[in-house]
Amino acid sequence: MSALLHVDGVSKYFAMGGLLSRTQTAAVRDANFRLEQGTPEIFTIVGESGSGKTTLARMILGLETPTEGEIRYKGNPISGLSFGAARRAFMTDVQPVFQNPFEAFNPLKRVDRYIESTAKVFRGITARADLDAAMDEALASVGLSLAEVRGRYPHELSGGQLQRAAIARALVCKPKVLIADEPVSMVDASLRMAIVNLLRTLRDDLGVSVIYITHDLATAYYISDRIMIMQKGRVVEMGAARQVLDDPQHPYSRLLKASVLSVTDAGQGNLEPARDLMEASRTALEHADASRLVEQGEGRLVRMAG
Amino acid sequence: MQVERDEIYGIAGESSSGKTSFIKVLAAAIRPPLRVVGGSVEYNFAGQRIDSTKASEAEIKAIRWRHLSYIMQGSMSVLNPVRRIEKTFGDFARSPLGLDCRAFRERIEEHLDHLKLPKSVLRAYPHELSGGMRQRVTIGLATVCRPEFMIADEPTTALDVVVQKDVLSLLRNVQKEMGASIVFVTHDMSVHANIADRIGIIYAGRLVEEGPTRTLFTEPKHPYTAHLVASLPVIGDTRPRPSLEGRPPSLADPPQGCRFHPRCPLAIDRCKREVPPLETVGTRHRSACWRAQEVEPLVRPEATVAGAGA
Ligand SMILES: Nc1ncnc2c1ncn2[C@@H]1O[C@H](COP(=O)(O)OP(=O)(O)OP(=O)(O)O)[C@@H](O)[C@H]1O
Ligand SMILES: Nc1ncnc2c1ncn2[C@@H]1O[C@H](COP(=O)(O)OP(=O)(O)O)[C@@H](O)[C@H]1O
Ligand code: SF4
Ligand SMILES: [Mg+2]
Ligand SMILES: [Mg+2]
Repeated sequence: MSALLHVDGVSKYFAMGGLLSRTQTAAVRDANFRLEQGTPEIFTIVGESGSGKTTLARMILGLETPTEGEIRYKGNPISGLSFGAARRAFMTDVQPVFQNPFEAFNPLKRVDRYIESTAKVFRGITARADLDAAMDEALASVGLSLAEVRGRYPHELSGGQLQRAAIARALVCKPKVLIADEPVSMVDASLRMAIVNLLRTLRDDLGVSVIYITHDLATAYYISDRIMIMQKGRVVEMGAARQVLDDPQHPYSRLLKASVLSVTDAGQGNLEPARDLMEASRTALEHADASRLVEQGEGRLVRMAG
Repeated sequence: MQVERDEIYGIAGESSSGKTSFIKVLAAAIRPPLRVVGGSVEYNFAGQRIDSTKASEAEIKAIRWRHLSYIMQGSMSVLNPVRRIEKTFGDFARSPLGLDCRAFRERIEEHLDHLKLPKSVLRAYPHELSGGMRQRVTIGLATVCRPEFMIADEPTTALDVVVQKDVLSLLRNVQKEMGASIVFVTHDMSVHANIADRIGIIYAGRLVEEGPTRTLFTEPKHPYTAHLVASLPVIGDTRPRPSLEGRPPSLADPPQGCRFHPRCPLAIDRCKREVPPLETVGTRHRSACWRAQEVEPLVRPEATVAGAGA
């Protein structure tokens, strides 16, 4: 198999503070994974706030340069795709969807104009009828239609519609990879499932690979093929999503799972924090410098001491 | 609706259903263009009765923070970005508490300690704190005067699961200890499942169902609630989850009759014409649906439990 996207030993350090008291934040440390061509999947990245998920996504999109390592798309380093036609071809293939749809759209610009300009720039479509057809097709695949969206400003659509329009904007490029950074954290339960089900349809019907970034382990379990769990910039566990979430091995993965609010005992007020796991997770973090990812078979990796 | 002493009343509903507008009225934070056109909100603060929809500025000021506190949506909107946390505490709590400077400082530090926040946060600016710490500070502000009634709008929505659980458990412990009442608004049903004693469901500006938390999850009597509780995925369970088709109705021109009828799987002709009243359907359980008795849970709870254990 050949790699569609290969994140190869990627780290990102940010300099923080003034010139004199310069410290470095390691936003991402030595991330490695690959998505294969011809096998579309939903690859989920989870982790607490500040664990480096967005930074990793931004590097994959070429919006941030890795401090170490390299990201390759179809074998070509994306750092070499920074200009002109090569850049445009890459951006057509790898499209983002951001967390807050209200921020992603300019409030003064009509939603259909956004989708239209994406179609013009990335697909090179110019004729009116072709533009409309491309937009309508993309909107239809997210359960909207051009008629519903045409002429509307962002505030005239509900949060869920706007998020679906944002996905349609990405789809108008006919991308190979969709990078969705917390696409559902702003929307309520019913719309959340509409969007999550949509990501699955994209994989199954359109063959799009999705990098799904989320805090929400329940939706991750529901749709992902593989999952990667990050703690303070480090990958602590990775593997088949169901396997990892049914039986997490790393203390931080266990803490995450234990912190998911359960609805099965609704009304019991079950909010006791998992203190032992918090402690274990903290200890693992303290000793993380002397740890490495250990192969467990079937593509499962767990960070361990040594 | 009525909220009892020492109770957490959860309010759920989709975005733009009117949750924030409603609790602004409860919180006496009524500013144009928001206007109360009818009804009243009566509080009983240790025998002192006050209607938040009619009270004067001065009357509200007298109860604000000491009896009634409001945690607004988005913690940053309460925390002034250019004021250190200690200044904000001073702005909020100094005059209601009526303590001198030293005693006030001690009270705040003790309170922060109780919320597991280091003293150093007092010297910090909001942006220097993590999201979870900011949310604890906001809860600190809302509870420092030990109010009898607290109103919280999406206080944990932006937090990750580990921090969220921590903040929720903190809020509940503080509430229990003070015997206070909380109206807690969020669209996240799994949060309600774990913090609320009772839940009220709002759809398109109306309370459509209300009942004890467990009852709403296991025996919902409104199709919208049945949908909400069934749409939550559970780790260990990959059965397809339904998503609600259609969009929230425009409140400027809501559907006639039952406002849920265009999206309701049980809708009959009558629903298009007549507004169903909110009626008692069980113990402390009310629903506004013509077919309340026919509503069935969409996902069997037993099956979910079994799936989760697998
Ligand atoms: N431009 C930047 N300058 C300095 N530090 C940064 C920058 N961007 C990110 N960081 C730091 O890198 C770390 C990871 O940030 P990132 O935003 O990628 O996390 P995240 O997992 O997406 O968090 P969240 O869930 O809150 O969005 C954090 O410590 C953050 O403060
Ligand atoms: N300041 C305002 N001016 C006009 N309409 C408003 C204002 N605030 C809220 N609304 C409208 O009131 C309805 C309910 O909004 P809101 O209370 O914010 O809902 P929620 O908190 O459930 O998202 C929405 O249709 C919204 O557009
Ligand atoms: S009244 Fe009719 S439309 Fe409304 S919720 Fe009940 S069955 Fe559905
Ligand atoms: Mg992020
Ligand atoms: Mg709101």
